[in-house]
Amino acid sequence: MHMADALLSPAVGGAMWAVSAGTIAYCSAKVRRELDDRKVPLMGVLGAFLFAAQMINFSIPGTGSSGHLGGGLLLTILLGPSAAFLTIASVLVVQALFFADGGLLALGCNIFNMGFFPAFFVFPFFYKKLIGPNPSQTRLTWVTMISALVGLQLGPLAVVLETLVSGISSLPFTTFLLLMQPIHLAIGVVEGMVTVAVVSFVRQARPEILQGALEARPIGNHPVRQVLLALLLVAVFTAGVVSAFASKDPDGLEWAIAKVTGKTEINAPQSGVHRALALLQEKIAILPDYHFRKSAGKGGAAPPEKAKHVESFNPGTCVAGLVGTLVTLLFAFMSGFALKKRNVRKVYGIN
Amino acid sequence: MSHHIVAVKNLRHVYPDGTAALRDVSFRITHGESVAIIGANGAGKSTLLLHLNGYLTPSSGEIQIGDFPLNKCTLPQIRRTVGMVFQDPDDQLFMPTVYDDVAFGPLNLGLSGADLDHCVTEALERVGAGHLAKKAPYHLSGGEKRRVAIATVLSMSPDILVMDEPTNGLDPYARRQLIGLLKDFRHTRIFTSHDLDMVLELCERTIILKDGEVRADGVTREIFQDEALLAECRLEKPLSMQGCPVCGQSRSLAKAP
Amino acid sequence: MASIDGALLDFKRLDRLAAGNTALHRLDPRAKVLATLVFIVSVVSFGRYELSALIPFFIFPAVIIGMGDLPAGYLARKIALLCPFALAVGMFNPVFDTAVMVQVGPLGISGGWISCASIVVRAVLTVGAALVLVAVTGFPAICRAMEHLGMPNAFAVQLILLYRYIFVLTEEGGRASRARELRSFGKKGLGLSSYGPLLGTLLLRTWMRAERVHMAMLARGFTGAFQTRQEFRFGAPEMCYLLGWASLFIFLRLHNATQLLGALITGIFQ
Repeated sequence: MHMADALLSPAVGGAMWAVSAGTIAYCSAKVRRELDDRKVPLMGVLGAFLFAAQMINFSIPGTGSSGHLGGGLLLTILLGPSAAFLTIASVLVVQALFFADGGLLALGCNIFNMGFFPAFFVFPFFYKKLIGPNPSQTRLTWVTMISALVGLQLGPLAVVLETLVSGISSLPFTTFLLLMQPIHLAIGVVEGMVTVAVVSFVRQARPEILQGALEARPIGNHPVRQVLLALLLVAVFTAGVVSAFASKDPDGLEWAIAKVTGKTEINAPQSGVHRALALLQEKIAILPDYHFRKSAGKGGAAPPEKAKHVESFNPGTCVAGLVGTLVTLLFAFMSGFALKKRNVRKVYGIN
Repeated sequence: MSHHIVAVKNLRHVYPDGTAALRDVSFRITHGESVAIIGANGAGKSTLLLHLNGYLTPSSGEIQIGDFPLNKCTLPQIRRTVGMVFQDPDDQLFMPTVYDDVAFGPLNLGLSGADLDHCVTEALERVGAGHLAKKAPYHLSGGEKRRVAIATVLSMSPDILVMDEPTNGLDPYARRQLIGLLKDFRHTRIFTSHDLDMVLELCERTIILKDGEVRADGVTREIFQDEALLAECRLEKPLSMQGCPVCGQSRSLAKAP
Repeated sequence: MASIDGALLDFKRLDRLAAGNTALHRLDPRAKVLATLVFIVSVVSFGRYELSALIPFFIFPAVIIGMGDLPAGYLARKIALLCPFALAVGMFNPVFDTAVMVQVGPLGISGGWISCASIVVRAVLTVGAALVLVAVTGFPAICRAMEHLGMPNAFAVQLILLYRYIFVLTEEGGRASRARELRSFGKKGLGLSSYGPLLGTLLLRTWMRAERVHMAMLARGFTGAFQTRQEFRFGAPEMCYLLGWASLFIFLRLHNATQLLGALITGIFQ
């Protein structure tokens, strides 16, 4: 699933963009250093292949729906992590610009969610470790399936976290998770099956293409730095999220807790932790709902923003709002229209 | 101007899977000649071409282009001297606009600014595609793509032009235009083609490859009259040399290339 | 396959729009990219219950469509097929956020509905901005602009090659898919057992094509890096464009122009 601008806040979007841009820079440098200039046309053309392949479907028996290739894992198997990351990122850029897939700010999130996990997490830590040299068909199938499943659980998890921290959606954490993860379990199975099918085919026809991927290289090839960076990122993410959802969205959490425990309040013993987390959140000053808390007064739990709003809305403002909306829309579209007419006149020389 | 000979001696190429694509090919092409290399599919024509600009390395044998023997060190010069145009123009036009594609070669050679611009415009004019400069390759027709592909190579000012199946897939008009264009070139020209009528029009000399070896090498018209030879090599006479389909009479060989 | 061919035609159309020749098309792409970015950040930075304040932002895509002489209906249709994910998630807002925020006579509108509407409006605005950017700038120009703004060359090259070969590959994919469809009946033949080999064959052909493109590059002196020729000027028109829009967006972000305008008008009638 693609993350969308509409659900994103500038802080989260900006942060993810920073991470993605950094990774792109790293991968670009790495690919350049490798001096394998065959990779250049290969990455471009395989990206186009992925793009085209995603438009072809196959019917899933028993469900009446159809599926298609996601491709992150496949690309990583064929190209190696850095090249695959760049290729996946490039496909996402085109999709964002041409197919209204999410948006430009969310692109940072999408590149991370769909590129980082297959290329820099699943591939080195699952696929390569488990595949062994010259694997049998069964082993290949299992390892690929597991890799696909893991990758396709992490991606959506990231989406859930990003949406949550942004605070535009009211969907509570647990509900969202319960919706996303099972669906993506199914998608992961499909992805695994398709990847296995394609890899097996290629292996039979031109095994030398897969030479790099089907030999297990020792973990030493991946510098410790890279592993630590990955872990650090996960840690930062989790910290931000835990503090965010503990102190930010009491409604959703209350709702979930109410449903689960029958109580409607978070008990006192937790307030110590709660306070500590709220303090932590203040330190991470870039979180978007800083202005929510500012209005409520510093240092405490934020009262639900909606309570504040009920008072500030009165009928007069409401009418003004409606009128203003209509007029503004009218103005916006008329100006566009007028400019177009002007262009037409210019083209046809009418005066 | 030095003599741009293409001299191939005892060329042998065996693919990694063991197939001998070329076994003992030798010929010598001199400056300004127009030569066609024909043969059945799988005879080794494309493999031979790929040796001429150093993309493939011979398993044994030597190649000499102009003053340089073909080896790793001379590759850059050789690639400048030998301009190769491939079968599928889509493989050759990989930049966003026609201008960028034609400029790719000269840019890599170090040209820039006004020199570059001059080079590119000239090459495009030469193939009659000046008006296509700003267009993207996927908006071009087959014939236009082919002409632009030639321009991408011409802009490097090669002395030897090698083309793999130049008229493949073109409609009659585009084909006629291309033949007219190629007739005007003064470079040494080497073509592979199944279009034997084009070969008859453009090339004075023909080399027939069969199973990786040179089966015949001589004047085009003479070769095309040897029906037994042609049949042996899975070829036949060009249509313009066969009997008239309406009245059954044989045509004369008055057509001069 | 109808959808692939349709998608490809659509793609080509959007690409052709970028070849237009209005004053807007001729602006340096960096200005257009940056203006769009400021727009998106402004829109996205609103709190979740803001709705009326978002409305004035429609002026940006409207003006671009006008000045760039773009087909409004076509673009509107593309935007209407929005990323369904945002809407699907947004739909849950009224479910979970039920406290009434606005009273319109006897009708109470919950915060959930307002935030849902806000999500829809955001989606239309942000996606619309991206589309009109491509329509007046063109993908290769955007790539070059990004490169100027710091994107690594290797990635820029990747984007350019990808874009170039999307057209070729989607046609190939379309042909293969169509061939499969014509020999399938109902759902038989369209399952995984034909999908795997179809993709596999397409992949192998793609791999071989990459080798040929590499050959073509080498034949023209490629040594690993793409040289790019730059001919952009960031002059006065670009500055005006960028600063003008940026100031407007900042103003609209800080003041709810809809309310102001509405108050003004209703004030006149009182």
